[in-house]
Amino acid sequence: MVLFIEIASWLLLVGGAGFCIVGAIGLLRMPDLYSRTHAATITDTLGAGMVLVGLALQAGPNLTALKLLMVLAFLLYTSPVSGHALVKAAYSHGIKAELDVPIDPQQVQIPERPARDAPTDSARGKEGADDVSD
Amino acid sequence: MMFATAIVGILITMALALARALKGPTVFDRILAANMFGTKTILLIAAAGFLTGRPDWTDLALVYALVNFAGTVAVLKYVRFQDMAAGGE
Repeated sequence: MVLFIEIASWLLLVGGAGFCIVGAIGLLRMPDLYSRTHAATITDTLGAGMVLVGLALQAGPNLTALKLLMVLAFLLYTSPVSGHALVKAAYSHGIKAELDVPIDPQQVQIPERPARDAPTDSARGKEGADDVSD
Repeated sequence: MMFATAIVGILITMALALARALKGPTVFDRILAANMFGTKTILLIAAAGFLTGRPDWTDLALVYALVNFAGTVAVLKYVRFQDMAAGGE
């Protein structure tokens, strides 16, 4: 059991640190703010989660592990909130996404949608239903 | 040993986030990088407490988590409204 906890804790700590580094590389190399936000939130959830759970496994079942899990729960609550506030503030400042290429309407096939205000068959009666089938 | 490995990874992450905070073209990039730096500070304090055999430092990590969240939201509010006392949309 001790060996299992050691191995699991090693894997979680090294994996969490690896995810942190991957997210930081993404933070440096992604092209615009919104994709950078995507890279940074990986480190907030997966990186921090794996590192904190690995530390809690090392602490054993006591108050320290509970505190670590409280830190994790708090991070899981606050990181989406601050990310949402950040992106909303940036969007209201008019920052454009670089990957947001305008769509050429000539290239896109928009499927025909039935008109919403068209009368239904029951309202139009028999003849109207025949017209629709034509 | 495992704590030292995690601390090295977290320090590399903090260096990269600091690079983005210095480089970032807009103020929002800097806020994003600073927020991530604060999160990594929490992890660093927790792991360093285990490395030095004093796991009580987890309390400090909890306080840093609170301060980091409040600071990020406060800076965002200031940047967005140019006023700390602004209300609503």
